[in-house]
Amino acid sequence: MQQENRYELNKQLAQMLKGGVIMDVTTPEQAQIAEEAGACAVMALERIPADIRAAGGVSRMSDPKMIKGIQNAVSIPVMAKCRIGHFVEAQILEAIEIDYIDESEVLSPADDRYHIDKTQFKVPFVCGARDLGEALRRIAEGASMIRTKGEPGTGDVVQAVRHMRAMNAEIRRVQNLREDELFEAAKQLEVPVELLRYVHAEGRLPVVNFAAGGVATPADAALMMQLGAEGVFVGSGIFKSGNPAKRAAAIVQAVTNYTDAGLLAELSEDLGEAMVGINEQEIALLMAERGK
Amino acid sequence: MTIAILALQGAFAEHAAMLDRLGVNHFEIRQLSDLGRPFDGLILPGGESTVIGRLLHELKLYEPLKDRIRAGLPVFGTCAGLILLAGEVRGGAMHFGTMDICARRNAYGRQLGSFRTEADFRGIGDVPMTFIRAPYIESVSGDAEILAQTGGHIVAARQGNQLVTAFHPELDRDTRIHSYFIKLAAEHASAPQS
Repeated sequence: MQQENRYELNKQLAQMLKGGVIMDVTTPEQAQIAEEAGACAVMALERIPADIRAAGGVSRMSDPKMIKGIQNAVSIPVMAKCRIGHFVEAQILEAIEIDYIDESEVLSPADDRYHIDKTQFKVPFVCGARDLGEALRRIAEGASMIRTKGEPGTGDVVQAVRHMRAMNAEIRRVQNLREDELFEAAKQLEVPVELLRYVHAEGRLPVVNFAAGGVATPADAALMMQLGAEGVFVGSGIFKSGNPAKRAAAIVQAVTNYTDAGLLAELSEDLGEAMVGINEQEIALLMAERGK
Repeated sequence: MTIAILALQGAFAEHAAMLDRLGVNHFEIRQLSDLGRPFDGLILPGGESTVIGRLLHELKLYEPLKDRIRAGLPVFGTCAGLILLAGEVRGGAMHFGTMDICARRNAYGRQLGSFRTEADFRGIGDVPMTFIRAPYIESVSGDAEILAQTGGHIVAARQGNQLVTAFHPELDRDTRIHSYFIKLAAEHASAPQS
């Protein structure tokens, strides 16, 4: 009962983040720039995905001291990443009272078979998904927020678009099924039928769904919003660009007024250099393939 | 009766769903041109007050909305909306500052401090109260009056046409606090303009 209540509260925190931008930051100074630019939360990590990608090697949870430094620097929620399946990293993040844990494919997976049993935690989890099946499996494990995986650290939005479209197309398909067809659909998607019944009835995921991976411009952010995202994560796109504060503020406004092309044009002016980015075909490591 | 919902960031859709349940017309305010439509009351939703406060200025909504609230526009702020209206804010910046209340931001700590309870709301009775990284009101002054307290803290108040709750009635099924606000807005709309 207590646990169920906690899960509701955790889903509800995600509801408060809607219409907002969650920004990757690596230092207290960056966290303050992000907060002042209008981030609704920050993701504390040692290296942003573009640098993780460049550095290679095993990528792990950040130093708790560094995360605490960011918690002390800002008043907005602070999130941090743990490796897929690494429930001890998650226990550590819970011990320092993180507001949200991202069980993230951006880090090296610690378990190639099992995700964390997130129902055992009091703090909320957000997880990446490429399609409806992955999203509902993560929710069944206790995730209280979903984001598209996209392809982190590339500055290329193509995969986030693909994942958002795939998820929403499958939701529309499920909505149109007869109720007696849901059992078979649940089997095919490898998800609990109760969760599929919710999707069938409501036409949406049972938790908030953000876009993530490769968002680099106000136009990218507005594109994801028009495709049905309820908010946006921006990782490498901000602090790998020429003028982080200005770009961050422009992306925040673009997410609020995502259908106003006139305003989006103004916001896109004079932002300085965008992150260079890597095309999908040039990527050696597909992070979205981690944790299905 | 039409209610405008400030939809810059946060849980504005939940307020819209609540008004749908009550059969009340509503629309979203996202930019200055939206203020051209007539409305009888304004809802300031939960979200991050730092984000909403910044967007109010960038979108040039701050001055016109503040003028209308000062002139008596009925307004209902939940959580971040309470912070926007508070005349004094501990742990954050002051925004509209139109209410004689002192609010403490993130008063219950981080997400692990979020909770749900039930308590008495003056004139309504026991209502569910969901607190998400919520503020509370440290003190009220002037003609601001306390409407609800729980755990020794003030969590709802009213001053004239301004109503605030530290918790989120829009996240629960109980529509009575929204009804309370709609009644307040209706009374204001039908009162002779002075």
